[in-house]
Amino acid sequence: MVIDDSSAMRLILGRIMRGLGFDVVEAPNGAEAIARLESGSMPEIALVDWNMPVMDGLAFVNAVRKEEKWRQITLMMVTTESEQSQIVRALAAGAHEYVIKPFTPDAIADKLALLGVLAY
Amino acid sequence: MTISSTVFAFVSDLVKQQAAIVIGPGKEYLVESRLMPLAREAGLDDVASLVARLQAHPDEQLRRKIVEAMTTNETSFFRDRDPFNALAQAVLPDLCRKRSSTHRINIWSAACSSGQEPYSIAMSVLDHPLITSDWQVQVLATDINEEMLARAERGRFSQLEVNRGLPASMLVRHFERAETDWRAVPALRAMLRFKSLNLNEPFDLQYMDVVFLRNVLIYFDAATKADVLQRVRRVMRPDGFLFLGGSETTLGLDDGFERVPVGSATVYRPRGAGPVDLPSLASPAVAGAGLAMGALAAGAHVAASGAMGPGAMGSGAMGHAGSPAAFAAGRPPAGPATNGWPWPPGPPRPPGPAGPPGSASPSTGSASPPGTGKPPTRQPLN
Repeated sequence: MVIDDSSAMRLILGRIMRGLGFDVVEAPNGAEAIARLESGSMPEIALVDWNMPVMDGLAFVNAVRKEEKWRQITLMMVTTESEQSQIVRALAAGAHEYVIKPFTPDAIADKLALLGVLAY
Repeated sequence: MTISSTVFAFVSDLVKQQAAIVIGPGKEYLVESRLMPLAREAGLDDVASLVARLQAHPDEQLRRKIVEAMTTNETSFFRDRDPFNALAQAVLPDLCRKRSSTHRINIWSAACSSGQEPYSIAMSVLDHPLITSDWQVQVLATDINEEMLARAERGRFSQLEVNRGLPASMLVRHFERAETDWRAVPALRAMLRFKSLNLNEPFDLQYMDVVFLRNVLIYFDAATKADVLQRVRRVMRPDGFLFLGGSETTLGLDDGFERVPVGSATVYRPRGAGPVDLPSLASPAVAGAGLAMGALAAGAHVAASGAMGPGAMGSGAMGHAGSPAAFAAGRPPAGPATNGWPWPPGPPRPPGPAGPPGSASPSTGSASPPGTGKPPTRQPLN
């Protein structure tokens, strides 16, 4: 699941993920992503932007981590937020990994391998 | 325009003579692409003019720049992963037992390029539960390319570089922001020493317990490989460990080494060093050490579980989970009871299809390639 309010970024990340063999669904903010989860979507991994309208990425991570039923979802922030304190906040909230924009496709693949959702 | 055979021969001979690197036939494009920036920098139109200048006026600095430009500097943090897991889960525990009287370990990252390898080694050491503060571990980083070595010594890495292979939890523990870059924290830098070293020339180093000589031999001819391996072996302790690149071997080159599989990695040891104590892999004290990628993820899982209530994720043995500050709080606590790096990682993922149509994976219900039920294999991106 690619969650980003930028349609261009969703397109880029979606293309990268499809190229790696994933099926992809998109959501423009955390609230719509939660709605998709509530309706039964169970992605193996969610790539989550931080700054989004309605519900931002950190709130999404917090919401997902409160629910036992979504415990298996791997969460990776993909964001321009590059302050160390922000990375620490996201990891502490329950994000598994963190990619700072800009990134290369290899960086996404590396992180997915790191998380064990992609064979190296 | 492709360079002439004369220019190519001059450059390949120079690089072979100075760095023992073999540039085989058909690599004219490589010479041109690597040296064209140097030619432009010198105000020249092409590589042939650059070579002509060197031939007319022997200039040691220009010679060195040409050789350095022809060296390959591809690297990333924790490249290939397996050697770093073997380092943490088998090699360091083995050395901790054998060096218990001196509490000293020397590690050499040969051909360190811009530094990602030696910093990865140093992070593995700093995070290791058995390496307590009374140990003196030194990582010597060497390279023939002085520009790369200077970059490594600065300990500053760009955003793009830290995105490659470095787990975010390690990034925030071992690096700090420096404008748009990330700079290694003093504790990490303190473990590292840097030295210009040409593997093709005699070197005199202190005895090494571990040597990383990865993806270097591939550039040498067989005779040079054998020579380098023999001289590396001479600076290794008899019970030391050598890591080579995935496509490299000592077989047929230096029978003074023997190949020892360690987990998914292969290490080479001076013949007679004896087996690596593989049971250490299962020891509670080190079972969680290593890169253990998923374990880092599990750390975040447990942090999240703290918000869900005690015990929600099982053992809850994470020493550093639960607070933002704890993530950046340095090394995880040592010892079996407080091992901060759980391994294996959190609960196994449910096998097979996981969601109904309309989920993240409409065709299969999982993010796996259709029909496999397994994580997709890494594929080249188009």
